[in-house]
Amino acid sequence: MTTKLLTALLLGTSILGSAGLAHADDVTLNIESWRGDDLAIWKDKLIPAFEAKNPGIKVVFAPSAPTEYDAALGAKLAAGSAGDLITCRPFDKSLELFKKGNLADLSALPGMENFSPVAKSAWQTDDGKASFCVPMASVIHGFIYNKDAFDKLGIKVPETRDEFFAALDKIKADGTYIPMAMGTKDLWEAATMGYQNIGPNYWKGEDGRAALIKGDQKLTDKDWVAPYEELAKWKPYLGDGFEAQTYPDSQNLFTLGRAAIYPAGSWEIGLFNTQAQFKMGAFPPPVEKAGDTCYISDHTDIGMGLNAASKNADAAKTFLSWVASPDFATIYANALPGFFSLNSSPVKMEDPLAQEFVSWRGKCKSTIRSTYQILSRGTPNLENETWVESANVINGTDTPEAAAKKLQTGLDSWYHPAK
Amino acid sequence: MAADIRPKRPFRWHIGVFLAPAVLVYTAIMILPLAGTLQLSLFRNIEQHQVFVGLENFRMLFGDPNWSVGFWNALRNNTWFFIIHMLVQNPIGVMLAALLSSPRLRFAAFYRTAIFVPTILSFVIVGFAWKLILSPLWGVAPHLMDLVGLKSLFTPWLGKEQYALTALSLISVWQFVGIPMMLIYAALLSIPEEVIEAAECDGITGLAQFWKIKLPLILPSIGIISILTFVGNFNAFDLIYTAQGALAGPNYSTDILGTFLYRAFFGFQLQVGDPNMGAAIATMMFLIILGGVCVYLFLVQTRLRRYQF
Repeated sequence: MTTKLLTALLLGTSILGSAGLAHADDVTLNIESWRGDDLAIWKDKLIPAFEAKNPGIKVVFAPSAPTEYDAALGAKLAAGSAGDLITCRPFDKSLELFKKGNLADLSALPGMENFSPVAKSAWQTDDGKASFCVPMASVIHGFIYNKDAFDKLGIKVPETRDEFFAALDKIKADGTYIPMAMGTKDLWEAATMGYQNIGPNYWKGEDGRAALIKGDQKLTDKDWVAPYEELAKWKPYLGDGFEAQTYPDSQNLFTLGRAAIYPAGSWEIGLFNTQAQFKMGAFPPPVEKAGDTCYISDHTDIGMGLNAASKNADAAKTFLSWVASPDFATIYANALPGFFSLNSSPVKMEDPLAQEFVSWRGKCKSTIRSTYQILSRGTPNLENETWVESANVINGTDTPEAAAKKLQTGLDSWYHPAK
Repeated sequence: MAADIRPKRPFRWHIGVFLAPAVLVYTAIMILPLAGTLQLSLFRNIEQHQVFVGLENFRMLFGDPNWSVGFWNALRNNTWFFIIHMLVQNPIGVMLAALLSSPRLRFAAFYRTAIFVPTILSFVIVGFAWKLILSPLWGVAPHLMDLVGLKSLFTPWLGKEQYALTALSLISVWQFVGIPMMLIYAALLSIPEEVIEAAECDGITGLAQFWKIKLPLILPSIGIISILTFVGNFNAFDLIYTAQGALAGPNYSTDILGTFLYRAFFGFQLQVGDPNMGAAIATMMFLIILGGVCVYLFLVQTRLRRYQF
């Protein structure tokens, strides 16, 4: 990891060095980013593709370390030395930059129409009037399963909750595989891969999320408690000692072929493809009855905005329009399977597992994690509390109702939505 | 007469010069940050400005259940953490030292080194190694217990609310038992032969000799060890953070003052850090430790009898 980062930094400086050699009339755009891991993709694929189409504009991708990014970017913006293009973290961190006037309003940028309102929600003002970053990628939640195990036990991919639990029972009765690979030690697995994974089917995706933010619904309502009731039912299907099972433990259990189902985020695809020796498939969170509308968590993760102080705003806008185009989406999504383009136009992807995940967008409605927008601004922090309570529910420490009540009480203490 | 004509002693400036480096360094790296923390805890960030709010942050820490429940929970856990150390680490340390100082023991140097080595390991290594040892999936603990037929007693200790804190305390004891052992060992070695010989002449040998002669002589060292343990435990953070993460799960059952402070000060995930509340918690930690040390200095240490040889 360190060597990788070092290489990335060295490469970054070498590009910076050669940038000076560009023709004098060329405009050079600098991209600020924390994604050092993506340097090769930018350098070898994305930037050449853009420069071939737009002669006269040179682009330099200059990442900094993820843990330093926010602080370094803030300092550079204050000093006026930040790059023209700024990779945006989702929600409050970028919103703060926009409010300070560091990010330009991109609502009218050509290409923004390629994105759905959900995709744009991570980089909008609370009222949704102004957008300030072009959405780049999201991660989708679902379940990855061991195809060989399913074939051997004669289980078909579950669509409804009853089928899902029937499948789990069958795997458990057989005994060869641990039915589900998940632990509660690291807490966030229970919340992110559990609650936020299956929840949207209960609270009806965006409808429920918007109602929660508006204050029309509460976390103690039936739709928000029900996912906890399902989570509580997962306990018998988890491996021995799941209370002390960490996230890497779960990954290893699954890729070693010891577990049949893995509650997943699509970012696992790249790693699982290289490690698992068996065939894998994926299915979206099961619905109550066959034919019900399904909802998936299609969580916005990374975007790109324009430095309001950029001297090359026009060239930068050309670049951002290209980032919003299907061309960019195709290259990006194929280079990083599991990080899906948020573009509304379908992107052709090679990886079968990634294709399966992204195909749900066609039949299900997308939403983002319920706790991320607005609701995690205060103390106690709703996202962190959701981690703790989700693990408590699976461990059996708290009943679903008690957990929901704790979360709502915490939220009530600081969040007062205007009715 | 003679005193009158003696010249006035010159100002002894060399004392100041010799003290200056230590005073300057100590002020710069200890006193100023401490004062800064105290000051920070009296302010609050309102609309991007630091505003003086008096003791408002402390009122919130103790009055607002969102903070006070967490604080008391952390303090309770921290106290338990300390009790385990006092009941397990220090008696074992004394016992090991007594065994090591026995002249008939062979390989004493080897045992001494082996027991002391974990102390110099990094917390990260200790936390990670024990997480693996106790892992229900790949750990050696379940297998070893299986070999002696005790598999049924194994549970995922670090993941269970009722055991996690005790398990972590014992890991910390394992790591640090070398320190009391070394200090007591040194104290035992410094007991003069004559005292021991005199005891033997009076017919006090073996265990009775330890209780009646040696233990009273090493009591001041035990006092020092207790206070070191107290300060170390109430400042602890690293082991919990590396083994359980900043949220100190499950269900905050391993949350101690250090992790509570960390979350408040630096934030965690979507939680934004609040340096002012963090400073208020740090101030409370300082006061708790200061109180404990004062109790020791004024009530305990003054009553310990000292023997001069």
